[in-house]
Amino acid sequence: MRVLAALSGGVDSAVAAARAVDAGHDVVGVHMALSRTRDQFRTGSRGCCSIEDAGDARRAADVLGIPYYVWDLSEQFEQTVVADFLSEYEAGRTPNPCVRCNEHIKFAALLDKAVALGFDAVCTGHYARVVVRDDGTRELHRALDAAKDQSYVLAVMGPERLARSMFPLGDVPSKEVTRAEAAARGLSVSAKPDSYDICFVADGDTQGFLRARLGSQPGDIVDSDGEVVGAHDGAYAYTVGQRRGLALGRPAADGKPRYVLSIEPVNNRVVVGSADELVVDVVAADRAVWFETPAGDVECSVQVRAHGVPVAARARVDGDRVEVTLTGGLGDGLRGVAPGQSLVLFDGTRVLGQATVTSSRRAMAAR
Amino acid sequence: MTVYLDHAATTPMLPGAVLALTDEMARTGNPSSLHGSGRAARRVVEESRESLAAALGARPSDVLWTSGGTEADNLAVKGLFWARRREDPSRLRILVSAVEHHAVLDPAFWMAEHTGAELVLLPVDSDGVLDVDALRDELDRHGEQAALLSVMWANNEVGALQPLDEVVSLARRHGVPVHADAVQAVGQVPVDFAASGLDAMTVSGHKLGGPGGTGALLARRGLDLMPVQHGGGQERGVRSGTLDAALLASFAAAVDEAVAARPVVAPRIAALRDELVAGVLAAVPDAELRGPVDTTRRLPFNAHFTFPGCEGDSLLYLLDSAGIEASTGSACQAGVPRPSHVLLAMGVDEHDARGALRFSLGHTSSADDVAALVATLPAVVDRARAAGLAGVR
Repeated sequence: MRVLAALSGGVDSAVAAARAVDAGHDVVGVHMALSRTRDQFRTGSRGCCSIEDAGDARRAADVLGIPYYVWDLSEQFEQTVVADFLSEYEAGRTPNPCVRCNEHIKFAALLDKAVALGFDAVCTGHYARVVVRDDGTRELHRALDAAKDQSYVLAVMGPERLARSMFPLGDVPSKEVTRAEAAARGLSVSAKPDSYDICFVADGDTQGFLRARLGSQPGDIVDSDGEVVGAHDGAYAYTVGQRRGLALGRPAADGKPRYVLSIEPVNNRVVVGSADELVVDVVAADRAVWFETPAGDVECSVQVRAHGVPVAARARVDGDRVEVTLTGGLGDGLRGVAPGQSLVLFDGTRVLGQATVTSSRRAMAAR
Repeated sequence: MTVYLDHAATTPMLPGAVLALTDEMARTGNPSSLHGSGRAARRVVEESRESLAAALGARPSDVLWTSGGTEADNLAVKGLFWARRREDPSRLRILVSAVEHHAVLDPAFWMAEHTGAELVLLPVDSDGVLDVDALRDELDRHGEQAALLSVMWANNEVGALQPLDEVVSLARRHGVPVHADAVQAVGQVPVDFAASGLDAMTVSGHKLGGPGGTGALLARRGLDLMPVQHGGGQERGVRSGTLDAALLASFAAAVDEAVAARPVVAPRIAALRDELVAGVLAAVPDAELRGPVDTTRRLPFNAHFTFPGCEGDSLLYLLDSAGIEASTGSACQAGVPRPSHVLLAMGVDEHDARGALRFSLGHTSSADDVAALVATLPAVVDRARAAGLAGVR
């Protein structure tokens, strides 16, 4: 097969590309340029957007003996991932830009261009497994290494795109194994630190980034009874479940810490309350994408953040909407579910699909 | 088989240059040393200087060796500016054509940003040829403040030969020194430094069949140049750094061979180029030839097109995977393709400029190369166009 290996400049994508070469594919390395001005995104070695990363990607391609190109996807990236990030925060929701990048860039703009140029598949360094069924259709599964599993951010891709994707690192037992393999192959990125932050927030200061792009929008912080307990400079700087940095003048009546319960974009209010009030057991979501559209109610496990713990649930599917009810009791409830988050449904290790959270509530009475 | 159509990026070394390099490189001797080994090395350096000067219509004393075209351009822009400003602090304007190579443009921008220079970008017409009226107007109005003028002999992307005769005579009237980057011109068109009336001119080794890491700034005697690189005082104190006798012997041999062979090679390659242009336009009817259509106003080894709806990097990839090596013609930043400043200055819109490809021939080019390109190109363009559309959805 002709395989396009997306090379970020990091260790995972380099080893993934090497494995694709070993498998006998005709591999071409492509580094995505996602920023127009090369210093806009962070310049350290932690991300996928710096000149140093482009150089590391190029060096990895040299070592593997494959051609290397840089594709400028900065315009699409700005128009989809960054624009979505800003508008979602502005609307009081909590977006996951990595999910949006996989949805609009890696497995859309990049994949479409690759296919148009004659490639059969795109290979990335994501940790997830693809299981091919007897009939040739594919299933997306969690990676062998639960700590590195990235199936959550890939769940948005849908079956057609999965059919053209390769994740050679899905069965790697641990990141250390990947690093050792990189070192053994002479890939100089073997010891490069992992990236965790949002790649287009140069200094890791998301609040500062939002403030610079969205401006100051002062409003009230209220408790769940509607009483004003503080002020904020922009509701976008708050995330459901957040505890730190609230700077409330008055302590709660019960003396316990308070958390952000919700953002109310219409009246620009941030609602805070106790940890207990954060717990929900029903989550509604829309814009569902399925690998196989479920019929009727489905017993499954759900996850609402990239490194969250999956919890047992029953899902009711209605067109592109889905509502999940947790089945494990409130003790297993989800804490701090924000609109905009990605809700991913699993059957065991198999990804069923994903949807975008619209609301969450508590059906069961608190104990 | 690889079809190499990127000679303007670099061209295979000429046999005489390889021989000169290998003959010389095993010998020890710093040309600045006074002992026998040093004297032998110095002799090679000076003979190379004489040879290069003779081939280019210059005097040996005009030749300042550098590490390449970029260094020579930097020395010309910065050295001339500083020297002129020392003499007359009101001369702050640096005049350069908008289609200069980055090796001229970037130092000029840098000087504007860091040393108080005023940068004047001179416009070009839709063929990429300097607008002489705009230059005349600029000099009539601000000639007294002009520190220097830099206009390339021929453009590296679209091959446009520049009207240096008019440039030099206009500048002379206002006492403004003129530098020309002639990196692409030597070996393709007649280049005579003395006859050109230029004050300074850049030459590069590897563009004409010499080794990489070699170049020269020809600077006429009496031209005041402030050094950019300080040290041991080599090259009249203008350009310090130990000279490499083997590299310079090879460089001089290449210039000699390229210039001597030009009357035979250039018409042969020009005919191939004409075939390439006709073949490409026939195979891809909506391709647009960029740069002068009149072949007497264009470098004989150069062809440059834009392919509507295509991305240059897609074209490059598809051609590369078919064994054909070309270039988008423009400089990249960290490998990121950007629309060419040359095409933009010519009035090409940004979208069309993204679909640019330069095919540059050279002394090893053959009719088979052209035939292979013309046979491959239609399918490549179709596919790149489909990919271009995929990218904009």
